[in-house]
Order: sequence, then structure tokens, then C-alpha cells
Amino acid sequence: MTELRVEHVEVRYGELVGVADVSLRVAAGTAVALLGANGAGKSTTLRAIAGLAALSGGRIAWGADDISGGPAYEIVRRGIALSPEGWRLFHGQTVEQNLRLGATALADRTRLGAALERTYALFPRLGERRRQTAGTLSGGERQMLALGRALMSEPKLLLLDEPSLGLAPAAVEALYDALGSLRRKGLTLLLAEQSVPLALAIADYGYVLQGGRVVLEGPPDELARSDGVRGAYLGAGVPAR
Amino acid sequence: MTLLQVVVGGLLLGAVYALFASGLTLIWGMMNFINFAHGEFVMLGMYAALLVVTWLGGGPALFALAAALVLFALGAAIYFGLIRHVLRGPMLAQILSTFGLALVLRYTAFWIFSANFVSLPQTALSGTLSIGGLLLPVPQLAAGVAALALTAGLHLLLTRTAVGSQLLAVAEDREAAMLVGIRPDRMQALAWGLAAGSAGLAGALMATAYPWSPSVGATFGLTAFITVTLGGFGSVPGALYAGLMVGAIQALSAYWLGPIYKDVVVYALFVALLWLRPQGLMGRA
Repeated sequence: MTELRVEHVEVRYGELVGVADVSLRVAAGTAVALLGANGAGKSTTLRAIAGLAALSGGRIAWGADDISGGPAYEIVRRGIALSPEGWRLFHGQTVEQNLRLGATALADRTRLGAALERTYALFPRLGERRRQTAGTLSGGERQMLALGRALMSEPKLLLLDEPSLGLAPAAVEALYDALGSLRRKGLTLLLAEQSVPLALAIADYGYVLQGGRVVLEGPPDELARSDGVRGAYLGAGVPAR
Repeated sequence: MTLLQVVVGGLLLGAVYALFASGLTLIWGMMNFINFAHGEFVMLGMYAALLVVTWLGGGPALFALAAALVLFALGAAIYFGLIRHVLRGPMLAQILSTFGLALVLRYTAFWIFSANFVSLPQTALSGTLSIGGLLLPVPQLAAGVAALALTAGLHLLLTRTAVGSQLLAVAEDREAAMLVGIRPDRMQALAWGLAAGSAGLAGALMATAYPWSPSVGATFGLTAFITVTLGGFGSVPGALYAGLMVGAIQALSAYWLGPIYKDVVVYALFVALLWLRPQGLMGRA
């Protein structure tokens, strides 16, 4: 079983530091949460793993392979899919075209039909709207499509960047139901989430980021009791929810 | 009847305009990049057709296909050799790079082929067809019909195939496209190949009906630019309607005012339209 190891990763954008020093491990079959305020480095960490952000230090290993620095279109072929912040759908194309694009990395094209059926079974709503362009979907449906598109490549590890951001409560609940069922089917998850209760409810382990560094880590019940989690949010000037 | 004859002739040439304008609009839609060398691709397509006919013989199908393939390869090579390097640069670098490319291609053609007008030797496409009283020269008819079909084909390629979907995905969101496993460089090279290939094919089709010299690229480039602006940047159906319109307007003004005024009328209408509808006829504000 493949394990993801992020070791002392640093990402700089010119003078700006996106991530200063982040190390974490995601074992196969587990769900790991990245917690922290806006700008703590959660997104950048996920982007670095997915191959979108170049590393200026450290390394990222996927099993025995060094996957530091991408490129992104190779990383997704290795079984790591990122559903990016803001969902980044192809708004001018239909729901089904978006899903088929999600399967670009699928090596075995004969599996495409089965992957589509599985996605429509998980989100019947997407099946009803398969001919609609993605730009006409509601917020909740867009999240379903983003998740569905990421799953079309049959990833072993799914990275989710702020999946619940901007969703109505009912849509958030539907999303976490879907994530729970994916987990039970053995999908490994690494999710960045500003909402601590949501993240800790689904995760086996969590890391708290502040200023581009891991300041705290542990199982969810420990993190839930810790003052450090609250501190990490307050420290960056954003109150904990 | 004469008027109808004039309009149909204009529409047939307009269909060829639509075909090479589609390539320009595709490049714009893919990467917000204006290719000032696009008319030169049309001109090179004409010479490619001439060389194939001179050296290998063969009919219109062969030299049109050959022109398309040669220009496709040239387009992809230009993407990897030049465009890729200026894509992230300032707007001015992008403009100057293709403007310089246009000059290099045009004057290389002058150097190799001289400034004399040439035309294709008599091919299988000659004579006139009479359809319901309309007299249609076969070369123009074949070029117009083929261009119409190819423009429609390009539109279907973009909207109905997996490759077209990947092209549009890169156009809309390069990073998101990479995340699903698309290599943007390959898609953009493909777009340049398709753009240059369709321009070269349009050139080969026009070579069956009209004489030309290396300087025609400048006129065709301007025509393509006007067509794309009228049709709305990034829209192949828009380029088709606008191409047909430009062809018809040119033919009518040549008929009513005299051949030397045909371009002036198109340019004047173009300026008037920019004044009234800067987003183009089909484009959205």
C-alpha cells in the first residue's frame, strides 16, 4: 500500500513564503486533515503535492517514488488527484464532458464507462444534469461535479482543498456523506478545511498549520481538546468557527 | 439573376475566408494571442500546393491535403520554437514575435519564389457548372464547398470530440486541465497546427481559382482579422457567418462600385461596426 510522505517542504513565490517547513504522512486507507487559518499554507501544501507549486526545498515521496515538483499531469497518472479550491470546473462544457475530462489520466480507457456509471450512482443529480453546462449548476452541484471529476481518474489518494467553502449547510452535509462513503470504500483522503469540526469528524489524524509550518499534530480527539488549534486560528487573526 | 450570381460567388469565396479565419479565432480562444502571421500561413499553403503539383503532379485532393499537413507541421514547430517562449512574456513581445514571424515568412517567400504572380497549372478543376441558370466556375465552387465542410468539421472537432474538449479545457483553465492529466503544451501545439493547417488548406483551395504572389499574405491576414472581429473572438460559428458576409459584401461592392473598391467597402463597414458594436456581431459585450 502506497504512503505519501511530505518531508520539510518549502515553497516560495519570489519573496513570499507559501510554505516554510511542512512535513506530514498520509498512510493508505486513512483520512488526514490539514487545519489552519487562511494563509497558513494548506492550499500551497496541497498544490505542491499535486505538482502545481514548485518546491524550493524538501521532498515529496509517494511510496518508493520521489514525486517532488510534478508535473501535475504526471502526478494524477500516479494516482493522486486534487480537487482544487474554488472547484475550477470547465464552465463552458457539459457535466459529462467535465467528467470525461476527469478521466484523461485513466490508463485503461475501457474503464471510462464504468467510472461514469459509478459517479452517476454516487451523485444521481449529476446524471440528471449530464447535458447541462457546468456554469449553470448550483453551488452544491458544482461541488459534486468537482469531486466526481477528481474521482474519474480512479485515484488512490484524493486531495481536497476547502471542499465545503461557500456551500449551503445541506450541501455540506451531502458532501461529507459522500466523503464518508468513499472512505469506507478504502479511498485515502487528505483534506484542507477551515471548518475544524467538519474536518475532525472525518479524519483519523490532523496537522495544524500556522505561518507555513506544522505547529501541532495528533489524532482528532486530542486536537479537539487542544488550545493550540484555537491558537493557530487566533494567531493568524482569523477567529475559530 | 446576375445579382444572385454575384452573391453566390462572394459566398463561395467567403467560405474560404471563414476557414482560415477559424484558425485565427482558435488561437485567440486558446491563449488570447493574436497571430499576425496568419495570412502568411495562407500564402505558404498556396505555394505548398504549387510545389506539390509541379513536383509530384496529382489532383486537388492530394495538394490540398499536402498543404494542410505541411502547414500543420509548420504551425506546431512555430509553437514549440517561438510561441511557447513568448507566451508568458509581455503583450508587446507576443505582438512583435508574430509580426516578425510574418515578415520572415513573407520575405523568405519573396526570396525563394520571387515577387511575380503565379497560378496553378490547369488541374482537374476547371470549366463551369450551370445550376438552375447560375454559372459557377468549378474551382470556386469546389473551394467554397470544401471550405464550408472543413469549417463545420473544425467546429465539430472542438465541440464533439475528446481532443476538442481537452483543447477547450486548456483554453479555459490551464491549471485545472493539468490536474486532470492534460499536457497543455501538446494541446497548444495542436491548436497552432490546426490553425496553420486550416489556413494552408484554405490557401491551397484558393490557389485553384486565383493567381497570387508572396504579398497576398498581408491582405489575407487583414481579412482574417476583420472576419474574426466581426464574428466575435474565439467563435468558429461566428467566423463562418462573418466570413460569408465579408465575401458577399466584397462581391457586391465589386459589382456595384468596381473591383478596386471591394476592400475599401469592407474596411469602411468594419470601422463603422467597431464604432457601433465593439464586441463584434456575434460576440457578447
